[in-house]
Amino acid sequence: MPLSREQVLHIAELAKLGLSEQEVERFTEQLSEILAYAERLNALDTEAISPMAQAIIQRNVTRDDVVQPSLPVEEVLANAPQRQDDFFRVKPILEE
Amino acid sequence: MEYEAVIGMEVHAQVITASKMFCGCSADYASAPPNTHTCPVCLGMPGVLPVANQAAIEATILTGLALNCEIPPFSKFDRKNYPYPDLPKGYQISQYDYPLCINGYLDISVGGQQRRIRIRRVHLEEDTAKLMHVPGGSLIDFNRAGVPLMEIVTEADIRSAEEAYAYLVELRSILRYLGVNTGNMEEGAMRCEANVSVRPKGAQEFGTKVEVKNLNSFRSVRLAIAYEIERQTRLLERGERVHQVTMGWDEERLQTVFQRSKEYAEDYRYFPEPDLPPLELSREWVEVIRRRLPELPAAKRARFIAQWGIKPEDAEILAADRAVAEYFEAAVGAANGVVAPQTVANWMVVEVLRLAREAEGGLEAARVLPKDLVALIQMVAEGAITQTVGKEVLAEMFATGAKAEEIVERRGLRQISDADALRRMVEEVLAQNPGPLQQYLEGKQTVFAFFVGQIMRATRGKANPHIVSALLREELEKRGGPAAPTP
Repeated sequence: MPLSREQVLHIAELAKLGLSEQEVERFTEQLSEILAYAERLNALDTEAISPMAQAIIQRNVTRDDVVQPSLPVEEVLANAPQRQDDFFRVKPILEE
Repeated sequence: MEYEAVIGMEVHAQVITASKMFCGCSADYASAPPNTHTCPVCLGMPGVLPVANQAAIEATILTGLALNCEIPPFSKFDRKNYPYPDLPKGYQISQYDYPLCINGYLDISVGGQQRRIRIRRVHLEEDTAKLMHVPGGSLIDFNRAGVPLMEIVTEADIRSAEEAYAYLVELRSILRYLGVNTGNMEEGAMRCEANVSVRPKGAQEFGTKVEVKNLNSFRSVRLAIAYEIERQTRLLERGERVHQVTMGWDEERLQTVFQRSKEYAEDYRYFPEPDLPPLELSREWVEVIRRRLPELPAAKRARFIAQWGIKPEDAEILAADRAVAEYFEAAVGAANGVVAPQTVANWMVVEVLRLAREAEGGLEAARVLPKDLVALIQMVAEGAITQTVGKEVLAEMFATGAKAEEIVERRGLRQISDADALRRMVEEVLAQNPGPLQQYLEGKQTVFAFFVGQIMRATRGKANPHIVSALLREELEKRGGPAAPTP
């Protein structure tokens, strides 16, 4: 099933990507191809197979509630695009 | 036409743990300097592996059990995708279609009427970072990012602001009993959103629902929902339409204000979290957790009333907080039938709770042990000290940690029941106040209380009030006064 232009723009919006006109066209085509490829799975009969969330067999991998050392704040902020005191600083966000 | 409100509530409650949900950073975000409790996992760096906190999972299951939920045999985590700087990964690890707890209920009582509020689900997720808005930008502290957070969702069973309030109060009480959450709304440890719609009474289909946010106190929950019900009812009465929007409660103006439109359905593109293996919740595990359930507030309330004959309104106050309830139980135990449970309750509700509120650390840190309280109540009951003096002594016990007996002896506070001594005082007071005496003799009976007050003041509250009244009556009649009022 081919993806519509609107769907591609919606996905781009959700991913906060600005696409040029050519990119919208190219991605509409490419994403449709990927979907068509994945759709081949529909040919399999999965009637008797229960749904699974993951391919791993492990279950109940948890940790005890124990505090471990955190990173030094200088390392935490080493890659911050902008920094103010010991905070990450980002472009203004409208208060929700 | 008559309208009715249909309300569903979503409560987010931070789970009390030492470490965060998916990493070993300390979960104590409030007191730490910014970004000091962070690591590659909770900062969302590539290639890291989250591992779920066992204690947070168990606390959530415990909460579900307290809310009469089923614990399904299978549960998993999912990614909820949305772009916002408080989520460093670009998604929140949450639970979508297999939450830890489903299909529960909580019974509440409003105006003497029992109501059952069904709980749709309780799931576990991670809290987000704290944003601070400054001129020209926003500052982020990731200490709170990754703190375990429970979400408790009701069905749309709530019908009024009072019911919403009662639900929240009862839920908080339970969470605090379980020790899974502090219940502090002002600090954001417990947060609440309400979905409110209004429909003609008796209608089957729901009206358009409005999400109400920014409810930062119990009071604002009640006010905001009442306001929103009123607003929507007026719109419908005028034949207008309710729009599906998010409203925020404005604490200053005491009204809900438009925040954003919800015309576009949210698109979170949930998918299973590939880095966290699913959970198999064995019945054995669930039963081990169930054994940790304490007696819950509703059961305690009922027992206080049935077993000890406590007045329902007192039982409500005494059972609301676990520390208070256990203190009361210990005091009734120490009283061992010598002092009636209701007498203990009266002292608890009126005096002890006030003193505990004023003291640092509340009742848990109080230096007055339940048996010390009972010893004081017993002194009052036996007439060793008056009720008035008893209150004063209790305040000093809270302030200094001294025992009642000690304070009474040191300050010479024993009740004066010596009739001769009291008669001399009565004569003195009457002699010193010729004006009021004259008024009394002319028929102004209210002056009687003035004389009693004067004697109480002279004895600093130690005079036995019954003996004082009797003596005063005698002396006034001797001076030709009218029959004195009986107390």
